Amino acid sequence: MGDGGKKVRVLIRPREGILDAQGKAVERALPALGFDGVEQVRVGRLVELVADDPDRIDDLCQKLLANPLIEDYEIEILDD
Amino acid sequence: MVWGVLQFPGSCDERDALNACRLAGGEARLIWHDDDDLGGVDAVVVPGGFSYGDYLRAGSIARFSPAMEAVARFAADGGPVIGICNGFQVLCESGLLPGALLPNDSTRFTCHQGELVVGEAESPWTSALEPGHVLSVPVKHQSGRFFAPPDVLEEIVSGGQVAFRYSPGSNPNGSLDDIAGIVNREGNVLGLMPHPEHAVDPLTGSEDGLAIFRGVIGAGVG
Repeated sequence: MGDGGKKVRVLIRPREGILDAQGKAVERALPALGFDGVEQVRVGRLVELVADDPDRIDDLCQKLLANPLIEDYEIEILDD
Repeated sequence: MVWGVLQFPGSCDERDALNACRLAGGEARLIWHDDDDLGGVDAVVVPGGFSYGDYLRAGSIARFSPAMEAVARFAADGGPVIGICNGFQVLCESGLLPGALLPNDSTRFTCHQGELVVGEAESPWTSALEPGHVLSVPVKHQSGRFFAPPDVLEEIVSGGQVAFRYSPGSNPNGSLDDIAGIVNREGNVLGLMPHPEHAVDPLTGSEDGLAIFRGVIGAGVG
């Protein structure tokens, strides 16, 4: 890894319209904790990495970080 | 007949799979995930468990193992492959089977003896079973909700790729169309969430699972 690597943040979420079981489990627990009025919880993943060539991250998302059948992703290249 | 059973870090059903293969007939051996040579086996079992900790998504990292790359070549040549539970997830992530397995809609791990109805798929794995026949096998998983986009699902169903469905009213995870197992278009690759390898002895309630393993031998493999 060279010194010129860019910090990249990838946000992965369950696709709209697909039931998110994790989000549902979290949402169900909220009233017991006193958090009324909080709904539509969806749980995704955040992956941070440093890449020499950020242009390759889309390919990495397609092949590993996300499953495009069931997940959407956004790639954010962070300023130094 | 020589069976190969893959073993990843985190596999946990590989011993029962070896046992099921031997009871069905023939020799069975483990294939370590780092081995890129299947050693000339006649059929491959990708067993259940939590390969590589199921990090990221169930089965997503296992697909990149040298053994899975060898399995992909073996399957492309028509070799019979069965993926059970985590093995099914690995086969979907590998693209050897269509669709994906999502966390159960109940949000819970399910573990029970279930009823599986044989579907219409033509495959060496189901060659000993008539469509509509019911098998009693254990069902135990966290992420077994079969999902495919509408066009892909339509192709699976109309193309006769459904190998097993949960019996009516017993869908344990929210799988589309009650699908418990599917085959690829060629029929040589089967993936299913329930566990035929745990149903091979009347002592533990059922030996219905053996018919799946014996089907491959009956179809002339090995």
